[in-house]
Amino acid sequence: MAGFCYFPHTEDDIREMLRKIGVNSLDDLNSDIPADFVYKGEYDLPDALSEQQVRDFFEGLAAKNTVLKVFAGAGAYDHYTPSVIPYITSRSEFLTAYTPYQCEISQGTLRYIFEFQSMVCALTGLDVANASMYDGPTAAAEAMRMCVASARKKNTVLLSEGLLPNVRKVVETYAKYSGINLEYIVLKDGRTSLDCLKELLKSGDVAGAIVPGINRLGIIEDLTGFADALHEAGALFAQYCDPSALAVLKTPAEWGADIAVGDAQTLGIPLCYGGPYVGFMACTQAHMRKLPGRIVGEARDSEGRRCFVLTLQAREQHIRREKATSNICSNQSLMALWVTVYLSLMGPEGMKKVNDLSYAGAHYLYDKLLETGKFRKVSDAPFLKEFALEPLVDAKALQNVLCEAGFFGALITEEGYVTFCVTEKRTKEEIDAMLDVIKEVK
Amino acid sequence: MSKIIDGLYYSESHEWVKVEGDIAVIGVTDYAQAEMGDITYVDAPAEGDEFGKGEEFGALESVKASSDMYCPISGEVVEVNQDVVDAPEKVNEDAYGAWIIKIKMSDPDELSALMDAAAYKALTDK
Amino acid sequence: MKYYDKLIFELSKDGRCGYSLPAAQFKGGTDQIASGLKREKPALLPQVSEVDVVRHYTNLSQMNFGVDTGFYPLGSCTMKYNPKINEEIAAMPAFGALHPLQPECTLEGVKEIYDAMEKSLAAITGMKHFTFKPCAGAHGELTGLMIMREYHMRRGDTARVKVIVPDSAHGTNPASAAVCGLQIVVVKSKADGLVDVEDLKPLLGPDVAGIMMTNPNTLGLFERDIKQIAALVHEAGGLLYYDGANMNPLLGVARPGDMGFDIMHLNLHKTFSTPHGGGGPGSGPVGVCEKLGDIAADLQTSAFNGNFGVILRAYAYILMLGRQNVRMAGKLASLNANYIKESLKDAYKLPIESVCKHEFVFDGLINDGGTQEKHGATTLDVAKRLLDYGYHAPTIYFPLLFHQAMMIEPTETESKETLDAFIDVMHKIAAEAAEDPAILQGAPHNAPITRPDETAAARKPILKYQDEALQS
Repeated sequence: MAGFCYFPHTEDDIREMLRKIGVNSLDDLNSDIPADFVYKGEYDLPDALSEQQVRDFFEGLAAKNTVLKVFAGAGAYDHYTPSVIPYITSRSEFLTAYTPYQCEISQGTLRYIFEFQSMVCALTGLDVANASMYDGPTAAAEAMRMCVASARKKNTVLLSEGLLPNVRKVVETYAKYSGINLEYIVLKDGRTSLDCLKELLKSGDVAGAIVPGINRLGIIEDLTGFADALHEAGALFAQYCDPSALAVLKTPAEWGADIAVGDAQTLGIPLCYGGPYVGFMACTQAHMRKLPGRIVGEARDSEGRRCFVLTLQAREQHIRREKATSNICSNQSLMALWVTVYLSLMGPEGMKKVNDLSYAGAHYLYDKLLETGKFRKVSDAPFLKEFALEPLVDAKALQNVLCEAGFFGALITEEGYVTFCVTEKRTKEEIDAMLDVIKEVK
Repeated sequence: MSKIIDGLYYSESHEWVKVEGDIAVIGVTDYAQAEMGDITYVDAPAEGDEFGKGEEFGALESVKASSDMYCPISGEVVEVNQDVVDAPEKVNEDAYGAWIIKIKMSDPDELSALMDAAAYKALTDK
Repeated sequence: MKYYDKLIFELSKDGRCGYSLPAAQFKGGTDQIASGLKREKPALLPQVSEVDVVRHYTNLSQMNFGVDTGFYPLGSCTMKYNPKINEEIAAMPAFGALHPLQPECTLEGVKEIYDAMEKSLAAITGMKHFTFKPCAGAHGELTGLMIMREYHMRRGDTARVKVIVPDSAHGTNPASAAVCGLQIVVVKSKADGLVDVEDLKPLLGPDVAGIMMTNPNTLGLFERDIKQIAALVHEAGGLLYYDGANMNPLLGVARPGDMGFDIMHLNLHKTFSTPHGGGGPGSGPVGVCEKLGDIAADLQTSAFNGNFGVILRAYAYILMLGRQNVRMAGKLASLNANYIKESLKDAYKLPIESVCKHEFVFDGLINDGGTQEKHGATTLDVAKRLLDYGYHAPTIYFPLLFHQAMMIEPTETESKETLDAFIDVMHKIAAEAAEDPAILQGAPHNAPITRPDETAAARKPILKYQDEALQS
């Protein structure tokens, strides 16, 4: 047997171990597998490569992609990643640990999750947060299930049409197989319609509604009256939010929401073709026991020292099995650490500044695009870093021209609008260069 | 040996019932609390909720387990023992004192299908 | 490991900062947003300098045990070594900068990776198509069960609302089935730990969507009757789901697709060497047979195309493994497990004498040291004592079939010397238990903390820093 760097066994080791076990060959260890299921063919896999060849291979693959200047959002935002973060998250004590089941030797993981929960609560204003979800859309799907689990005998959840397309799609998928009925609250003048919500509540079957804080057209929603309408109807109010923007915007708690969910990718996680990101989920004290996923709590050890443990586990799949609120077990723990380190570095002031820089850049671009005469306003409602315009040129052609010039922007919405997004990473030079390209579009 | 009190009705899912007029006072048995270990949470229903016989009305949780409670008798919840919700350890300390809900029975005849102390003792001795 | 008792919030000082951002290039900012749309007070986030952050998290990391710290025989979790080249590849900035929605013509390299991954996983498992959207094993299970239901729905067969799950199954199986709107029917295991085919037969019928199987099962035993089970389930119109949590011993040995499984998930963070990250991110791609390919492609169960960063790592591992090394992976995993089992069965109860695959289950100590006056040492006590000796504990109290279950999975990346040292310690612990179980019951003695009071923590939950201030 030729040596392989991940297998430490020598021929002698194998022989001695087989002797101890009392069998003659490695194949004897698989004598319980029926002979026709032991794979005898050649595996159709690439030849084993050396480490250098692997590196060269991926460098070659990376070169086949084109990195664009990102002026788009739609659920994935190009915010800056401070260099401290990957340095910390690549520490192998964090990276190569399992879920913190043995709390005595997992205090590192448990503490940062407790900090993550605290920061999610700080941003959302809500009482309790879990240790993370896969991503924003699946967190929204869990919020839908939580609404139904909390409301006895009601089975409809309302979704705003202002939710991102992938959020709606994932929630629809979960709803279909959970047997939950979904209905849509329409957008009116670019905002989720309170009148439509009130109309839909009349059915008496509504367990909850999921409404974005900032919708897919980039508009900051005014959610006055939503909580009252839903609570009067005995339904829960779940808000889908961008946690970065929550550093300045009215919090889900201030809007009267019972549940907040969203994707924390905006807190310094690279785009990385869509993942890994990290979903978050928070709720009021009243709904704590229905919150899915892992939760870390503070405890005291037998010598009275402060320590942290996985708590309220009786809600979870390994104990409740089919009666659990959710089936989630692995989440996105390391990405929760990523976000926790990000928020520690930024602090309240840094978060305000990121939003200010993004806001200013986005509004500069917005004004300049209107000046080109190639776009029309779709709304006068306020926006932060992402906005929609009605194109007076062919949208697809616009996107293509931008792409060829090295920019990714002008994402086309279902109404045929185009959206742009500017984060603190975009410089004036980059914005002006893109504007120069757009000015030439016929 | 778990404690069993004469004069109460018992269900197979380890709830006890004490009848006070048309009200059924319901809790879990000493046997049930001992099986659970340290109870950390009592998930109780709200006043006004209605349950049919055998329907799940709440749950008990410990650190490593969770157990549903089933309504031994049909009716409407008229009172929830907030003391026990606030201090779940009371169920461990005195399972028969720590009642969980009071139900206004809609069909007292259902009581006849429950066990008496002797029958319940036979069940738990098995 | 040393105890360190800070939370980042406790290092905070007003006016300190750890960020570095460019100067404003444009006029304006969020002050222009109407006050009715803004939060009243800034969020309670720490104000700390960069060096505070680095020291704090470095200190936290030193209270953690990982695969790089020591042996991690956690059953069903496949804590194999996480190669470092994987990390280097996943961290390449050229991948990190790609937006998931950017035009396809700019993503040729990405497409190649997904295609190559699908082809490799198909070769290893015998399935035809894969979807990479699921972000974890349980997420893969859920996606797989949705595919199962959708298959029946598209045939107009809406009566199939039950799924059969063995009593030895991982807790996620019934939980995933319930989230997918399926009712769970439990099939019993026989005394030898395998699914009881006679118990299964009467459960099958026109209301059964399929069966979920883990093979080898959670006792580490290969389900020898799988051929007959597959035939019975298929005959009854159901599909077979393979829980890939235990795929590792079959890596390079046998293929679920050949055994009659129609749908399966893999845990790339188990079988394909990507790190567990303290509980994620993982990746749970779902493989299906030919006829389910379209359905698998249609289902959107996560934000974009799954955890791309994890998929990159797994493909780097596959390239290192190649067709030459893959043949040994599963066999060495089984060798290591059987070696520990045979070496320790004199001190720990082995409930089922049989050759095992990648893991096996003991049912506690043979001599727990218990007497009339004092309690014997439990599986929990053994687990905690192992921490003192520098090992992670096995999975304990699972599967539920045994009261003192202790599930041990060494993986193929551990050397004979590592296993021998572990075996010595397990013997030493058994001897300690026999002599004085109190040593185990008080363990761990050398970890950063002793055992916590979990009951008190659950009765009066403190779940965020802000709560702590309220309590004191």
